[in-house]
Amino acid sequence: MAIENNRLTEQQYEENFADIHPPYENITAAKVDANRCLFCYDAPCMKSCPTSIDVPKFIKQISTENIKGSAKTIFSSNIMGAGCSKVCPVEKLCEGACVYNLLEEEPIPIAKLQRYTTEIAMKENWQLFERKPSTGKKVAIVGAGPAGLSCAHALSREGIDCTIYEKENKGGGLMTYGIAAYKVTPQFCEDEVNYILSIGGIDVKYNQELGKDITLAQLRKEYDAVYLGIGVGVARHLDIPGEKLEGVVDAISFIYDIRAKGFSTVPVGDKVAVIGMGMTAIDAATQAKRLGAKEVTMLYRRTQDEMPCTEVELDIAMLDGCKIIWLTAPKEVKGINGKVTELVCSKMKLGEPDTSGRRSPIDTGETFTLDVDMVIKAAGQTPFEDLIEDLKIQNLKGKITIDGNCSTNIQGVFAGGDAVNGGKEVVDAVQAGKDGAKAILDYIF
Amino acid sequence: MASLHSNFLGISSPNPYWLASAPPTDKKYNVLRAFEAGWGGVVWKTLGSQVKNVSSRYSAVDFNGGRMMGFNNIELISDRPLDINLKEIAECIKLFPDRAMVVSLMADNDKKSWHELIKKVEDTGAHGLELNFGCPHGMTERGMGAAVGQDPEIACMVVEWVMEAANIPVITKLTPNVHSVVPTGRSVVKAGTNALSLINTIQSVTGVDLDTLVPNPYVAGKSVFGGYCGPAVKPIALKFLTTIAQDELTKTVPVSGIGGVSTWKDAVEFMLLGASNVQVCTAAMKYGFRIIDDLCDGLNNWMDEKGFNTLDDFIGKSVDSITHWEDLDINYHHIAKINQDKCIHCGLCYIACEDTSHQSIKIEKGNPYNTYTIIDEECVGCNLCQLVCPVDDCITMEEHRVAPEYINWIEWQKRGLPLNDH
Ligand SMILES: Cc1cc2nc3c(=O)[nH]c(=O)nc-3n(C[C@H](O)[C@H](O)[C@H](O)COP(=O)(O)OP(=O)(O)OC[C@H]3O[C@@H](n4cnc5c(N)ncnc54)[C@H](O)[C@@H]3O)c2cc1C
Ligand SMILES: Cc1cc2nc3c(=O)[nH]c(=O)nc-3n(C[C@H](O)[C@H](O)[C@H](O)COP(=O)(O)O)c2cc1C
Ligand code: SF4
Ligand code: SF4
Repeated sequence: MAIENNRLTEQQYEENFADIHPPYENITAAKVDANRCLFCYDAPCMKSCPTSIDVPKFIKQISTENIKGSAKTIFSSNIMGAGCSKVCPVEKLCEGACVYNLLEEEPIPIAKLQRYTTEIAMKENWQLFERKPSTGKKVAIVGAGPAGLSCAHALSREGIDCTIYEKENKGGGLMTYGIAAYKVTPQFCEDEVNYILSIGGIDVKYNQELGKDITLAQLRKEYDAVYLGIGVGVARHLDIPGEKLEGVVDAISFIYDIRAKGFSTVPVGDKVAVIGMGMTAIDAATQAKRLGAKEVTMLYRRTQDEMPCTEVELDIAMLDGCKIIWLTAPKEVKGINGKVTELVCSKMKLGEPDTSGRRSPIDTGETFTLDVDMVIKAAGQTPFEDLIEDLKIQNLKGKITIDGNCSTNIQGVFAGGDAVNGGKEVVDAVQAGKDGAKAILDYIF
Repeated sequence: MASLHSNFLGISSPNPYWLASAPPTDKKYNVLRAFEAGWGGVVWKTLGSQVKNVSSRYSAVDFNGGRMMGFNNIELISDRPLDINLKEIAECIKLFPDRAMVVSLMADNDKKSWHELIKKVEDTGAHGLELNFGCPHGMTERGMGAAVGQDPEIACMVVEWVMEAANIPVITKLTPNVHSVVPTGRSVVKAGTNALSLINTIQSVTGVDLDTLVPNPYVAGKSVFGGYCGPAVKPIALKFLTTIAQDELTKTVPVSGIGGVSTWKDAVEFMLLGASNVQVCTAAMKYGFRIIDDLCDGLNNWMDEKGFNTLDDFIGKSVDSITHWEDLDINYHHIAKINQDKCIHCGLCYIACEDTSHQSIKIEKGNPYNTYTIIDEECVGCNLCQLVCPVDDCITMEEHRVAPEYINWIEWQKRGLPLNDH
C-alpha cells in the first residue's frame, strides 16, 4: 500500500475528470428542453432559487432565441449564474421544485439551460450592465469569493467605487479553490471572475490579507463601508490521535491540488477513507477514486436520512464505486514510520435530535479497524474564529453575527456568505452579496 | 372489426384516406409507394397547361418546438409532360385496381381545352375527376385556379363545360380564399358537379426572415403569397366543411374533406362534420406514407369502441350540433373545478383567468407550491383555465344549470331577463 501519483494514463484522467454534466451541442438541443418548460406562474423553481432567478423567463427567452435577453435575466439575479449552472445542487433547489417532478417526469434541466445561455454570454463577452456614473462613494470588500464579487458587482452598478482585498492571488474564493474538477475548471473560474469584473469600478488587490496586511480600522477610515465576505477556513480538525501522520489530508487542499496542479501530480492512496458526507466529502471521495485509488470508503457518523449531501451526489459517489459506512466515527489514525496504515472507527447509534433537528450520533463503545493508507478530512470547515475575535466582531463559534440589514455589531461593517452561514452553497453567498450591497447602499445614502 | 371500406360516388377504396392532389401524387413512383403503404386512393397532381416552377417553393410555421404546424407552398400544377403523366396514371391503375384514382384538372379557360383534357384523362381508366378551382397562386394570375373558384358564375360555366364531356364522376375542389364557400358550392352543384372537395390552400405569408428581411419562401430576394395548409388550417377547413354540409343544396352531394388532416382523430372529425372521406397532403409530406398505418388503425379501434360498423354509420353525425348563436341555451352554465390530486401547481390557470378572464381563481401562496381553487361565484365557465392546464383531466367543467328549462337569446330578450351579469 502506498500513496502515489501518476496512477493512470493521460486518457484515463481525461475521461475520469470530464465534465460531469456535458453542455448542449447546439441551440436545437437546448430548444427541445426549453420548449418543454411550461412557463409556470409564480414558478416553484424560481422560488426555490436562493437568488430568485426568473427561470421560466430565461428559458422562454432561449426558446425565442433571445439568448442575450436570457443572459440578462439570469445575471440580473445572479452574477455568478454561469458558475452556479455548474455547481449548484439543483436537485434540491430549482430542478427539485420543477412541477414535472409532480408528474413523476424528468424536471426541466434548468442548470443545463442556464449553462447554455451563460456560456454564450461569457464567450461573446456581452456587457449586459451599465455602471451608473461614479457617486464618489467608496466601499471596501474583503474576500473575492462569490459573496464579495456579488456584492462588489451590485455596488459598482450603482456607481460605487469598490476595492476588493483578497488574501490569495486569484479571485473566485472556494469556487476557484474548492469545487471539484469535474464541475468547473480553473480556467472557467478565472474567466468568470474576469467577466464579473468587466463592468469596471472594481479594483481587486490580491495577496492582501485582512488581519495581516491590512486592518479593519484602516478600511473603516478610508471607505464609506466595509463588507466581509471572507468565507470559512480549512477543514475541521478531527481532534483524534494520529491526525498528524503522513497520509492524513485536508479535503479542500486535496481538491484544490487536483484542480491546480494537474491530475497526474496529485498523490492518492490505494485505500482511502473519507470522513464526512457533505458535498466536499463526496467530491473528495469520487475524485480520489477517479485519480486511481483502489478502494475508497466514506464514513459518516449518522445515517443516510441525516446526510448533508443530496441523493444525486450520493449516487455519483456510489456509481464511482465508493463504499459507504454509516453510523461510524473516526477514533484514531494509526501508522508505521509516521505513515498512515489503519483507521480505528467507533460504531455509533442515533440518539435524541440535536439543535439542527437531526438525531445526534452516540458512541456505542464498539470499534472496528480499516486498513487504509490515506485519510481525507471532509467533516466541515472551521470559521476564522481567531481573526473574527481579534476584529471584535460579534460571532457564534466564529460565524459572524449580522442583523436583518447584513450589518455586524461594528458600524459600517457588513458581512455575508459562508463567513456568516458557516458554509452553504455558492448561490447562497451570491444572494448574501446582493443583500449586503442593498444594505450598504441604504447605509451610505 | 369495423369496415373501413369507402364508397365515394361509386369510387371504391379500401379505406377513406386519399392523398390530396400535390407532390405526393405527382408521379408513378410516389403513387405506387403510397399504394404499397396502404393508402386508399390518390388524387393525381393537377394536370393542365405546361408550367415552370421556381426555387425555393415551401415555407412553414413552427410552433413551440413543433415543426410545420402550418405549411406553405408556391408551386404550380404538375410541371411534368402531360403524356408521361397520363401513361403513368394508367400503369398505376393496372397495378392497383382496388385503389381510387382520381385525376385533378385545371385546363385553360376555354371549353375546348377542358374537353380535350377530360377525354385524355378518361382514356387512362381513371375513376374520377377533381376540378382544381382552388390553387391560390401562380394559376390565378392566368385566370385559373382560385380565380375560378372565387367567382360562382365562372365556376358554374366551367363545370357546365366539364359535365358536357365527362363520363366519370366529377368532384369540384373549392378554394377557401372567399368569405363563404357556399355561393360557389351552390353554383357548381347546380351546374351538375357530382361532389365537392374542400379546402384547397389558404393565401398566406408564413413569415419574414429577420436577417435578410425578405419574407419566405425566398426566391432571389423576393417572395409571393403562398398557399397555407397543414394542422394550422384544420379549424378553418372544418368550418367551411360544416357550411357545405348544412346548406340545403350543397348537402345533397358527397364531400371529400381536406385541410390539415394529420391523424385518425382529425379524419373522424371531418367525417362527423359531413365529409364522406378525407384527403391528406401535408402530413404525408412531413412524415412519408407510413402514417397511413395509424390513420387506419386508430379509426378502426375508435369505430369498434363506439360500435360503428361502417363509415356511413357516423358520417355527418355532428353536423346538426353546430347551430346559430341565438339558439344556444342561456340557462346552461358550467363551472371549472380543479382536481387537487392532479394539480401540479404550475399557476397557468390562475394567471390566465386573473389577467385575461374573470379573476375566478383563488391563489394561496405556498413554498414552493401555491394552491389554486376556483371561486365558483365568479367563474363564467369560459374554459380558458381548462385549456391552458397542462395536465389531462385536471380541470373539469361541472354543469350547474341556472334553471332547468331551455331558453335562448331571443326568448331571453322577449322576457326582458337581466343582462351583463358578469
Ligand atoms: C470542497 C468544497 C466543495 C464545494 N462544492 C460546492 C458545490 O459543488 N456547489 C456549491 O454551490 N457550493 C459548493 N461549495 C461551497 C461554496 O464553495 C461556498 O459556499 C462559497 O464559495 C462561499 O462563498 P463566500 O464568498 O462566502 O466564501 P469563499 O468562497 O470562501 O470566499 C472567501 C474569500 O475570502 C478570502 N479571504 C478569506 N480570509 C481573508 C482575509 N483575512 N483577507 C482577505 N481575504 C480573505 C478567501 O481567500 C476567499 O477568496 C463547496 C465548498 C467546498 C469547500
Ligand atoms: C406543395 C403543394 C402543392 C399542391 N398542389 C396542388 C395541386 O396541384 N392541386 C390541388 O388541387 N391542390 C394542391 N395542393 C393543395 C392540397 O391538395 C391540399 O388541398 C392542401 O394541402 C390541404 O391539405 P393538407 O392540409 O393535408 O396539406 C398542394 C399543396 C401543397 C402543399
Ligand atoms: S372557466 Fe374561465 S372564468 Fe372560470 S375559472 Fe376558468 S378561466 Fe376563470
Ligand atoms: S393549470 Fe392545472 S396543473 Fe396548473 S395550477 Fe392550474 S389546475 Fe393546477
